[in-house]
Amino acid sequence: MQVSRPIRNILLIELFVPILLLTLGIYHGLMQVIYRSGVIQRTSVAGLDYYQGLTLHGVINAIVLTTFFAVAFGHATMIFYTKREPNKTATLVSMLLMVIGTGLAAAAILAGKASVLYTFYPPLKAHPAFYIGTAMLIVGSWVPYFDWIRMYLSWKREHPQESTPVAVIGTLVNFTIWFVCTLAVAYEVLVMLVPWSLGWTQEINIMLARTLFWFFGHALVYFWLLPSYIMFYTILPKLAGGKLYSGNAGRIAFFIFLILSIPIGVHHQFGDPSIGRGVKLTQSILTFGVAIPSFITAFTIAASLEYAARKRGATGLWSWIWKLPFFRKDVFLFGYLINGLILFIFGGLTGLVNASYSLNNVVHNTSFIPGHFHLTVGGPVFLAILGMSIYMLSQLTGRRIYAPVLNTIVPYLWTVGVLIFSAGLMYGGLIGEPRRTNMGLTYLNPSSEQFNPYWVVSSMLGLAGGGIMFTAGLLYFISFFGTCFRKRSAAPEIDLPVSETLHEERRVPLLDSFKPWLAIMGLIIFLTYAPAISDAINNTNRKAPPYKPTDPVPVVRK
Amino acid sequence: MLDKFERNVIITALTVSALFIFSIFYALGARRQDVSECLPYNKTYETARVEQIDAKTYQIYYVARMWNFEPAISYIPVGSEVDLFVTSLDVVHGFNVFDKNVNLMAVPGGVAKTTVTFTEPGVYKIVCHEFCGTGHQNMEAEIIVNYPRK
Ligand code: HEM
Ligand SMILES: [Cu+2]
Ligand SMILES: [Cu+2]
Repeated sequence: MQVSRPIRNILLIELFVPILLLTLGIYHGLMQVIYRSGVIQRTSVAGLDYYQGLTLHGVINAIVLTTFFAVAFGHATMIFYTKREPNKTATLVSMLLMVIGTGLAAAAILAGKASVLYTFYPPLKAHPAFYIGTAMLIVGSWVPYFDWIRMYLSWKREHPQESTPVAVIGTLVNFTIWFVCTLAVAYEVLVMLVPWSLGWTQEINIMLARTLFWFFGHALVYFWLLPSYIMFYTILPKLAGGKLYSGNAGRIAFFIFLILSIPIGVHHQFGDPSIGRGVKLTQSILTFGVAIPSFITAFTIAASLEYAARKRGATGLWSWIWKLPFFRKDVFLFGYLINGLILFIFGGLTGLVNASYSLNNVVHNTSFIPGHFHLTVGGPVFLAILGMSIYMLSQLTGRRIYAPVLNTIVPYLWTVGVLIFSAGLMYGGLIGEPRRTNMGLTYLNPSSEQFNPYWVVSSMLGLAGGGIMFTAGLLYFISFFGTCFRKRSAAPEIDLPVSETLHEERRVPLLDSFKPWLAIMGLIIFLTYAPAISDAINNTNRKAPPYKPTDPVPVVRK
Repeated sequence: MLDKFERNVIITALTVSALFIFSIFYALGARRQDVSECLPYNKTYETARVEQIDAKTYQIYYVARMWNFEPAISYIPVGSEVDLFVTSLDVVHGFNVFDKNVNLMAVPGGVAKTTVTFTEPGVYKIVCHEFCGTGHQNMEAEIIVNYPRK
């Protein structure tokens, strides 16, 4: 369908800006594996310090790219399925807030005043511009949410008897989770960190800040993931040439995510003091609850793919897989999505390891963790973002994709790379290799007293895989930016592939209404987080002043 | 609404999850694998020290700072049960003891605690695994079990 020109341009900016920044993010991904394997033994390269670059890597890849994309793709699904356009001013304001916020945060990091990593744990202190920029990015991403609610309600009034499309449910669920979870981090940033970093307040409660951060932090990973899930349910079966096995399975999955995404954040704090074991164990178990929608999805999508393959004439218990449209330029998006799914099998299983309460002691904060999440956020999330970004770029500009062969092989190459990379990091993690560490200076430096030969093999595997990932990234950039420079050859539009459901499905009122689910969500969050927050407040008897990452003496107010 | 396959899959998913959750409780109960204890904080945790409670029981109070742990080296006889208390006097640090599945966070204003038994002699390295500033990659400590005898 046609989209008005201003909206089209805003969407294009929202797709283009993060991919442009991603060049920097990917560059430093490669640098990290080089430093960590001890190939270079330096604090910085080309003016970028390891931890400064790691901050860029985390912020750009995991916050900026994912948030911009969720907004742009959210717009696309809402426009396409409700046949309505968002409010132009609101869309513009949202985009400006996000772009300016990103600019502020990036400037602070590049100036070397915010090397605090993307989790910005206090009492490490960043420049206030970093906090304010991040807050603007988040607030900017709230704006369209309210606009989409309006579009949804107006669509509903016109179609009272119809089930809401799965993609619309998915987008609204995702942004509801996002809105609720970011309230906590907004409190952390705006009420605690900004005044403290400006020197207006002296000291803050660090355990409270961490607990608020992780209220947001785990839900964040579902905010990354749900756009991919929307594509798996509504787009992938169609690309494979089949139908969606069950639309209601998708609705159930999304609503379970709504109620369980937030009340499990303490599973990132098993090693923290001040929080009771009961809270930790409860949230560990709830984490297994949120694995259920992923099991449902795995089955539903596998069934849909098998149906598609059999329709193409496949037979056999497993051999049907080879009938799927791999390596086909015309359905390149299939390659991005299917590779993401394959990676997510490993990403999901290793995630269960992390979530398993005392088993977490083996892996917490070791390189096992980045090994795991490059299989999730660097797997289905990243590949779906890349594939859909270039797909939308091509449609919204009316330009054909440049170097389509490169674009088609990118996801396969990335998958090979990331599997090697993650195998290395996870193996290293199991033998104690720490994450977030410039190991080239000490542990992987043969001339250092702290040299540890055990981590040579694991970090070399990381280097090999990282090199392949970097190459895949380069090929993608050629295709993406090449497309920008082509001549228009078709009318601009948004046209998403739509998977029909296999069976006729009646409207199930419970699966087409947000209210009961929102009530359960509120209740569970309250029951799990009231004790966590009260523990953090009551068991912490000393507050902390700000520290610069370079200096063991606190910043004193003057 | 549900067909046969969907029902089977849901049952399988629930069974597998139940199995995982059972394993957590098994590790917790039968194998005594637990996460950090939750203690209210007080000033005494700010003094780094090793205390001997009896022949086979020790307590080590770790204080993390940018960029070292105190005590940097502690000597413990083989077979001892050791309570580890960890706090920080500046920023957040990590605390990971090799081969021992001890994995704690040193957070200012809070104290993490776990108990571990050293049945094998050796040098157990402790590495800081949370970014704590520009000296983070230097931050290590050691527990020396049984050698050299002190
Ligand atoms: C060329 C591709 C990439 C390579 C070689 C790479 C490599 C790495 C390495 C080695 C680390 C760990 C550094 C450390 O803990 O010291 C890391 C961290 C991280 N990566 Fe990547 N990465 C790549 C792409 C990506 C992508 C595409 C994403 C997300 C979309 C991503 C998200 C992250 C995040 C969130 C962290 C954690 C940062 C932190 O601990 O603060 N990476 N990456
Ligand atoms: Cu999590
Ligand atoms: Cu450290």
